[in-house]
Amino acid sequence: MKKPELLVTPTSVSHIDELAKAGADAVIVGEQRYGLRLAGEFSRTDVAAAVEAARRHGMNVYVAMNAIFHNDKVDELADYVAFVADVGADAIVFGDPAVLLTVRETAPHMKLHWSTETTATNWYTCNYWGRKGAKRAVLARELNMDAILEIKAHAEVEIEVQVHGMTCMYQSKRSLIGNYFEYQGKVMEIERKKYEKGMFLYDKERDHKYPIFEDENGTHIMSPNDLCIIDELGDMVNAGIDSFKIDGILHEPGYITEVTKLYRHAIDLCADDRERYEKEKDDLLAAVEALQPPHRRIDTGFFFKETIY
Amino acid sequence: MLLKNERISEIVDGKRVIVKKPELLAPAGNLEKLKIAVHYGADAVFIGGQEYSLRANADNFTIEEIREGVEFANQYGAKVYVTANIYAHNENIPGLDDYLRALEDAGVHGIIVADPLIIETARRVAPKLEVHLSTQQSLANWKAVQFWKEEGLERVVLAREVSAEEIRQIKEKVDIEIEAFIHGAMCSAYSGRCVLSNHMTARDSNRGGCCQSCRWDYDLYQLSDDGREIPLFSENDAPFAMSAKDLNLIRAIPAMIELGVDSLKIEGRMKSIHYVATVVSVYRKVIDAYCADPDHFTIREEWVRELDKCANRETASSFFEGFPDYTNHMYGTHSRKTTHEFAGLVLDYDRETGIATIQQRNHFKPGDEVEFFGPEIENFTQVIEKIWDEDGNELDAARHPLQIVKVPVKRPLFPYNMMRKEN
Repeated sequence: MKKPELLVTPTSVSHIDELAKAGADAVIVGEQRYGLRLAGEFSRTDVAAAVEAARRHGMNVYVAMNAIFHNDKVDELADYVAFVADVGADAIVFGDPAVLLTVRETAPHMKLHWSTETTATNWYTCNYWGRKGAKRAVLARELNMDAILEIKAHAEVEIEVQVHGMTCMYQSKRSLIGNYFEYQGKVMEIERKKYEKGMFLYDKERDHKYPIFEDENGTHIMSPNDLCIIDELGDMVNAGIDSFKIDGILHEPGYITEVTKLYRHAIDLCADDRERYEKEKDDLLAAVEALQPPHRRIDTGFFFKETIY
Repeated sequence: MLLKNERISEIVDGKRVIVKKPELLAPAGNLEKLKIAVHYGADAVFIGGQEYSLRANADNFTIEEIREGVEFANQYGAKVYVTANIYAHNENIPGLDDYLRALEDAGVHGIIVADPLIIETARRVAPKLEVHLSTQQSLANWKAVQFWKEEGLERVVLAREVSAEEIRQIKEKVDIEIEAFIHGAMCSAYSGRCVLSNHMTARDSNRGGCCQSCRWDYDLYQLSDDGREIPLFSENDAPFAMSAKDLNLIRAIPAMIELGVDSLKIEGRMKSIHYVATVVSVYRKVIDAYCADPDHFTIREEWVRELDKCANRETASSFFEGFPDYTNHMYGTHSRKTTHEFAGLVLDYDRETGIATIQQRNHFKPGDEVEFFGPEIENFTQVIEKIWDEDGNELDAARHPLQIVKVPVKRPLFPYNMMRKEN
């Protein structure tokens, strides 16, 4: 049975070797100047080294260019696209059509993955971006399993689904943490503190903690729990979903590696020995739970949830 | 459109006048609001149908109401755009063809759309509809605008994060109509990139279910290396907020006109007719006065004050003039009372007797000072002397919602004029 690609997010070049050993098939790298919410910050030198490392291990490398761009960066997109093509990365991940046009002009053979995170919600629109040049659509996290399977059934492009990790709930261009410090009169702390890790918003009513951070792309607020469906992969493997992504943003490299090992095992079992997968999947889930940091629980995201409007 | 050689203004009889007057685009949550918006001077309105629109809670239009709205707007030469700006899920695909055909058949001028599914379906089944790209696409650079131009769209609504300078650059590089927000509530996130509602209340924000979680209070903490949760606020600090103040660009209208922005958009399909009337009439005056004599124009403080009469949140200029700092956010406070309250809608005025027929919209009584306003009149205040019901019985107060009453009014009034009183 066809196995979906296992796509993971390294935190550094050296982490790629570990992830390869853990069984990852592909990695996504990049820098916040062009890409959104990456697990690691990869300079051009790092991207080149990442491609080299991935080649050694027979993995694919995708470079993130899925920021929402303003005019100030449009003119430098071509140079970065040319660089990415030059080092031999396997695809560029984009959300902004400015990147699509730039790739057409600069590196027309470069593969494109369409990923806005929230707006890939129906099969028609996935195929629309396919007709514009994308080879893959990365689905919105707010879809349920039935919708994902229906999209796959109608898709003319590869379909990538996030199966594990944090998801983004909110992106603002505003400097929300910096502004809050400024409002409090803690001006001296702004530059020192606003880019620090480990901040979260506490929602008393729901007793939820939402990780929050600022970077060049603005302020990002993340889901209170880590998505985990290691025990629910069967239908998507049957449907031929092309890529499963583990997003390791805001997690330690060791955690990402261990989770990758578990999903490698789960995917292999699911595709090769379904009976054993069914027997072992609860243990796999328990193994993930054991890895979770104390403040991060897991849940099944929107896979089995009814959303109204 | 402002191409490099396009003229915004010309010299007529030695005086500069604006020849490229932007469209004033107003929200209309229902048929009554549509009529008010158009009557008070909107060049176009945007409305939501029963489906595919982003305000699931607004009392949206049926196709019959849309038809009636279009007929009313046509009498004034105004346009009607229908928002169909959800990000559709598979289940929203069936029925879309028929819906778009019905909009075209109802005479709608254009639709405001985010999802390529709806763009391409409209092209295929309802080609007479103009297609405008919604701000839900968070369009923030000229090259992305160029992409949508090449896709054949007539107009794009820019991201709310775009500055005046960025609009100027976009206008210079791409020949397409640009619509920009001038007034009203703001998403503090990039539009279309927020799913707080989905997570917190299982309501899909990108299909009209937004529960405005960005306006709630949160506490900011930091997790220390040893796992302690350290509050980043002291006891006296207001909680963390991402809530954005409402947009108010009244003072930037001259700049917007000189930039060649094609459509100036007021937000707020959920707002009252009093709000729509007040905001539309103020911006109508600003745009007309500037276009007639841009070189001698000044903002009149009474216009600024007039906007305050219907504002229940503080306002700011957001990204237009620069990067928003903390003064663009609301900490600790959520809303305030408007300074004025809508009290009555004028139905008729008898010039012989000086008696106005008014539909009550809030409690008022003899002795109250009220203010009348409307497109045909200068604002004026007077004290209510007497109130009669329809049968001529004198009342000590107009206390029944929508009751029709008669009131002596010193100056002539016109249907759709409004009466408000200070809180």
